[in-house]
Amino acid sequence: MSGILLQGLMTVMAVLLLAIPLLSFRAPRLGFLAACVTCATGAVIDLVFLFQGAAPAVLTVPFGLAGQSTVLSIDGLSALFVLLVMLAGAMASLALRDDHGHPIATAPAVSLFIGAMLLCLLAADAFALVAGFELMSVASFILVVTNHRDHQVQEAGRLYIGMAVLSGLCLIAAVALLAPHGASFSAMRASPPTPGVAAIVLILAMVGPGSKAGLVPLHVWLPPAHAAAPAPVSALMSGAMTKVALYVLIRLLFDLVGPGIAPWWGLPLIALGIASAVLGALRANMEIDIKKVLACSTIENVGLVAIGLGVALAARGADLTALSSLAAGGALLHTLSHGGFKTLLFLASGSIQYGAGSRSLESLGGLIKRMPITAGVMILAAMSLAGLPPSAGFASEWTLFQSVIAAVRLGGLAWQVMSVVLAATLALATALAAAAAVRLVGVVLLGRPRSQGAAEAVEAGPPLRWAMLLSALGVGFVGLFPGVMLWFSDPAMSVIVHGTMLDRIGYLGFTATSDSAGYAPIFTLGLIAIVMAVIWAVLRAKAVPGHRAAPLWDCGFGDPPPWQPFGDPLAQYSGASFGQPLRRMLGTTLLAAREKVDLPLPGDTRPASIVVTLNDPAEAWLLEPIGRLRAIISGMADRVHFMTVRQALTLMVALLVGLLLFIATVEQL
Amino acid sequence: MNALSGLLAWLLHMALMLASAPLLIGLARKAKARMVGREGPPLIQPWRDIARLLRKQPVVADSTSWLFRAAPMVGLAATIAAAALVPSFALGMASSQAADMLVLAGLLGLARAVLALAAMDTGTSFGGIGASREMTFAVVAEPALLLVVFTLALLAGTTNLDTISNLIVSGVLGLRISMAMALVAACLVAIAECGRVPVDNPATHLELTMVHEAMVLEYSGRHLAMIELAAALRLLVWVSLILVIFAPLGIAPRSEQGGALIALLWARGVVVWAVKVILVGLILAAFETTRAKLRVFRVPELLGAALLLGLLAAILLFVSQGFAAELVTGGGG
Repeated sequence: MSGILLQGLMTVMAVLLLAIPLLSFRAPRLGFLAACVTCATGAVIDLVFLFQGAAPAVLTVPFGLAGQSTVLSIDGLSALFVLLVMLAGAMASLALRDDHGHPIATAPAVSLFIGAMLLCLLAADAFALVAGFELMSVASFILVVTNHRDHQVQEAGRLYIGMAVLSGLCLIAAVALLAPHGASFSAMRASPPTPGVAAIVLILAMVGPGSKAGLVPLHVWLPPAHAAAPAPVSALMSGAMTKVALYVLIRLLFDLVGPGIAPWWGLPLIALGIASAVLGALRANMEIDIKKVLACSTIENVGLVAIGLGVALAARGADLTALSSLAAGGALLHTLSHGGFKTLLFLASGSIQYGAGSRSLESLGGLIKRMPITAGVMILAAMSLAGLPPSAGFASEWTLFQSVIAAVRLGGLAWQVMSVVLAATLALATALAAAAAVRLVGVVLLGRPRSQGAAEAVEAGPPLRWAMLLSALGVGFVGLFPGVMLWFSDPAMSVIVHGTMLDRIGYLGFTATSDSAGYAPIFTLGLIAIVMAVIWAVLRAKAVPGHRAAPLWDCGFGDPPPWQPFGDPLAQYSGASFGQPLRRMLGTTLLAAREKVDLPLPGDTRPASIVVTLNDPAEAWLLEPIGRLRAIISGMADRVHFMTVRQALTLMVALLVGLLLFIATVEQL
Repeated sequence: MNALSGLLAWLLHMALMLASAPLLIGLARKAKARMVGREGPPLIQPWRDIARLLRKQPVVADSTSWLFRAAPMVGLAATIAAAALVPSFALGMASSQAADMLVLAGLLGLARAVLALAAMDTGTSFGGIGASREMTFAVVAEPALLLVVFTLALLAGTTNLDTISNLIVSGVLGLRISMAMALVAACLVAIAECGRVPVDNPATHLELTMVHEAMVLEYSGRHLAMIELAAALRLLVWVSLILVIFAPLGIAPRSEQGGALIALLWARGVVVWAVKVILVGLILAAFETTRAKLRVFRVPELLGAALLLGLLAAILLFVSQGFAAELVTGGGG
């Protein structure tokens, strides 16, 4: 049965990679519809596979490198990620049909992108894995530079392709180190690397797939690239692509490296996870572009997943099966819930960008009245972003926090102190994310419009509306039935940590340890609903019904401009002012935030101004030195370029002699 | 405790919490007034205010949306749901399985976020300033709170409030310095979360110092009544939470007996709980009378101290000899 399902998924992949791109050249909108249907088919096949018990299957396809065949396989781990990618792909393709008569110019790359992610997930040999990963990078690069005439898009594209090349190189090196006796995954598992090689693989995996997932310090490409791409593509990149990168990371570190790993293996993941979670969540409170806010929150959430994975890896090394399965369950559940709600938020950002004509927090506001559906789903997703019960984000963060508490059992005082720091970090990141969520919803959707575009905003068209509503349904399901999601993740857990959470999950909820009380979102939601019904009944009986509308108390407001019926928008708190306390408290140290205030003296009629600059530490400490290094190297290359004939000949002869000497020396050894 | 008596205890608990929440506010106000030589309003005044507000039709700014009108109800419902989870006079209530401390923190966070959103919806600088400050304080208060939860979970092996309290009542855990530190941290967080002096002044209407009051400035009528009740209930939830963890003496234990004995235990539990709450109310009043409000930008320092205490509480547990041994042998929770 599994074999047939794998063949089905392979067919889905082939259609996405070959047929739909060709179709999209001629009829992009039909292509998007076809991609949507194909992805939905893939999701159904994958669900059947999961319901059948996720028995692994392997398929050898006679394509690939000369003289070699390609091995594809599916097991619980890949099936879980396939489900996420297929659903996100279907929603993004559906949303892309809402193009207002102008399909994006890079339409064929969309289904290529989804297909490449599927290839990456189904790959069971080194070549297929690298091919899928690289194809994913190239296709997403094409999509990032869709609006290539924009100067900012060009810059984002350059940064993105540079980081993609780096992560691809590291992935190739990592799988090459793992595959001395054959390129298939089974051969890799059969000959586990020595500890030294394994440590190098760990570093390469953190840099390669880690940077693709958006882990600090190689996260710098993420905010500009997500801002540059069309919104449904950003949704795919954030909701699916970063998860595929995490999948590759998990596959390398938990599966292919083999069973012999020490507990300290979790530490690099945990450290990078902490940095990503805090930095991402803090930056989400500072950015002004909606999509950059969301991208920074992606960095935070990937950090949370990395923390869960790190604890799982360490616990697996220490043979604590209950803990490792709990942590892995938290990480996988958070992968699912973040994949869902971030897809939804990016789709909503696209709706806002078109409907209100801007993505800047400073020119939006009051959209809840003009765009009720977009606003509704965005508030739902923001609940997950903020980690509030009974949302999907709360369920997964609950699990992660429980695993962090249990992580004190990993070892001596150092591990125990680490788990305390982890608990504080997790809480800090969640609270920062809550502030960012309130800021995003409060400034964009609520209050009074800050520009004419926002005042005259229009709701999204039917395809995008449906895509958002269906995604919202999925996110709501994950939030209310986390036990079912953990049940889906169970085969994956048995692959990566050889443990299970089946003893701790039920339909309605789940527990952290088999003998303690747990979390049942249905009960929480039911309690709130019953209480609300009682309040409503009491109010109906006791309170005066209805309400009277009146103008806002206008202390300090000037005469409203003619297009602005609700007063001067500048008197409202803006995105920059909402984030100001946090900027002063944490931003000055962590993000080098600086404020330049220009306050005219009394009598001077020029307007006051405040300019805020942020500087991500990764840019200052990593990108700028690399930029300087590049300048030095290219300067040296320039000197070669402008050599006289004599100098050039001397150089060549010298190089030749040097090379011969080198070979001679090597021969001697 | 069987299902029926558990349910009965829960209903009694809800009625008790709802009825006495405004009375606690009234008590604090009365005591504060007496301490500075004023007569003060009667204890029942907060209830009278709520009844009066219910009789008035709310005036709603015409630039606001449905969220502004729905927020007080959602905020109150989340706070009541939180109150339903915190044991007051008896353990083993019907809600005990769901009384998870993280869920509790989440529900209070939900109430806070909803009110902050409603404040942003008014589109005034007051709403914005209040929302921004409230969420900023939460950024420091939340880690401190979760470190307290962490310490308790280490001791009890679970984040379930009922189980934690049960273990403390049974005396298995003993007295620990960590608990004292966690208590101070919890009190600091509670002061910030309830918007009391020195973090926020519930009696002020001076723009520059307001946090909670700035958020609810535009509310009137039944909306304001719900917000006032939610604020009072939040204070009582925090007081009950701290009592049930750090001073659970006299609480009716989980027991299988029925009938008269249970009723007797409950009656004792209610009386002891009421005495404890009154004491806390008086201490709160004395504390607030002798303290001035902090500058807004000094509040994170106060909460930072709570965070540090939470950290110390957890780390002290690890270095204390007995606990480390317990962890290794798999005991201690």
